[in-house]
Amino acid sequence: MRNLAPILTVVAAIFLIWYGAAVALNTAWAQDKAERAGVSLTFNELVADTWSQDKPKLPAPHQVGAEIWKTTGEMVAKGRAFSKRSLIYHSWVTFSSTALGFLLGTALGVALAVGIVYNRTMDMSVMPWVIASQTIPILAIAPMIIVVLNAVGISGLLPKAMISMYLSFFPVVVGMVKGLRSPSHMQLDQMRTWHASPSQTFWRLRLPSSMPYLFTSLKIAMAASLVGAIVGELPTGAVAGLGARLLAGSYYGQTIQIWSALIMAATLAALLVGLIGMIQRVTLKRMGMAQ
Amino acid sequence: MIWLAAALGAWAIGWWINSQLAHRPKTRATALAVPVIFGVTIIVMWEFVVHGLKISPVLLPPPTLIASTFAASTAILWEDFVQTAIKGALSGYVMGCGAAFLVAIAVDRFPFLKRGLLPVGNFAAALPIIGMAPIMVMWFDFGWESKAAVVVVMVFFPMLVNTVQGLEDTDAMQRDLMRTYAAGYWKTLLKLRLPAAMPFIFNGLKIATTLALIGAIIAEFFGSPIKGMGFRISTSVGQLALDLVWAEIVVAAIAGSTFYGAVALAEKAMTFWHPSQRART
Repeated sequence: MRNLAPILTVVAAIFLIWYGAAVALNTAWAQDKAERAGVSLTFNELVADTWSQDKPKLPAPHQVGAEIWKTTGEMVAKGRAFSKRSLIYHSWVTFSSTALGFLLGTALGVALAVGIVYNRTMDMSVMPWVIASQTIPILAIAPMIIVVLNAVGISGLLPKAMISMYLSFFPVVVGMVKGLRSPSHMQLDQMRTWHASPSQTFWRLRLPSSMPYLFTSLKIAMAASLVGAIVGELPTGAVAGLGARLLAGSYYGQTIQIWSALIMAATLAALLVGLIGMIQRVTLKRMGMAQ
Repeated sequence: MIWLAAALGAWAIGWWINSQLAHRPKTRATALAVPVIFGVTIIVMWEFVVHGLKISPVLLPPPTLIASTFAASTAILWEDFVQTAIKGALSGYVMGCGAAFLVAIAVDRFPFLKRGLLPVGNFAAALPIIGMAPIMVMWFDFGWESKAAVVVVMVFFPMLVNTVQGLEDTDAMQRDLMRTYAAGYWKTLLKLRLPAAMPFIFNGLKIATTLALIGAIIAEFFGSPIKGMGFRISTSVGQLALDLVWAEIVVAAIAGSTFYGAVALAEKAMTFWHPSQRART
């Protein structure tokens, strides 16, 4: 934990800059208000005003914190944790499509990777497209997927999960192919001297040795599928979810709402990626592969 | 029915040619031909299936319709391309990567800052930064400046983390050698550490190309002037003009892969000495 002090310093610096920027960005509006009221502000009043406006250009951290508390902790205390005004509800909506998309994407990615490793034709024809597709801004088709699936009669969770799946399956394919190919010639020859069948080679050698690669790509895939879920919520017309909160906030100029949704999304991302990191540590330790 | 049979036939032929090619010794020609044939097969099947199942062009336009829309609306597509890819993505990309590069060099001088900033940067690189888009649109208005700002925020952290990692890539032996040559900090940086960091820097630059285009397109969903790829996609979806959306996606794909390809080419030219590049030729 020798990194703790530097990290805390950097985080503290970020907060300082944030408060400073809040003063700088909100001054114009504060001065404007004061001028119309016919009073002149002292420096202290000015700062106090910039940190407590209703629709500031940049809300101060404590305002965002208060908003998050109001929409999570207080809601829970009132027993309305899942009412539509609570961020927990919106996070849950986003989380469920993220998780579904992530699971689908991982399953699809692993299946495709196995196919690529075992079938030469598939390797040569599909793999270049998987890599090329990384260079294409896939997210751009999100609104189209939503609308088309809606027209076919599929709505709700699945279209958003499809976008998450689409985004999360590429890292899994690439990492998994690398992982399944990671056993050396020596190890593969050893399996052959033991007269291992192809399926035994797969279950006992290739799959276990791909685990470190798999977990690394799962972390990327999780972050990507959260982004997919948030973007997928934009074109549905701001019904529910963190993406919808962002869009609604930007329609009505509710900056505090935008920032609280943003912090919530960041927390969700950190939790999910951290969860995978924990599973990774436990799994690799039990498999005797921890560094 | 005939269309569907034709689709199956196209798949069978394409797969058969590919498996024939794949089982020959791998050469440059087959390595290029196989994915191209695969891509063509998919497009042909798409065309046949759309006709066969009588899917309405509102839902899934056939490739021929997309191609004709593309040809008919090149003026609009070019305008959108300039607005989003050149003004929004490219300018943001240059600013963001440049800033991250300079910050990385500054951070590298202070180990304390490096130990603090690197975990925070790693954390920030995994966050859904795209959510900053509505805020940037609010701060910098609807024009391309707000898109460039979103791109700057998006590419900054991946680039920063990669550059800092790259600057650490020299070992003590190499640095000691520089010291025996009486090279100062700047000389060591220019002659040893920056060249050694190049593969990492290019890795960051390559990741940032895709992020830049995504950022510029998504930011336009939150408000834009009446041109731009993201604007066109979101409004055309609303009008159910999906052929135009697909044409726009083709533009995005071409722009994205050209952008990526250009960076990859620059990498090849500048890091020709690195094992990962030498092994390929």
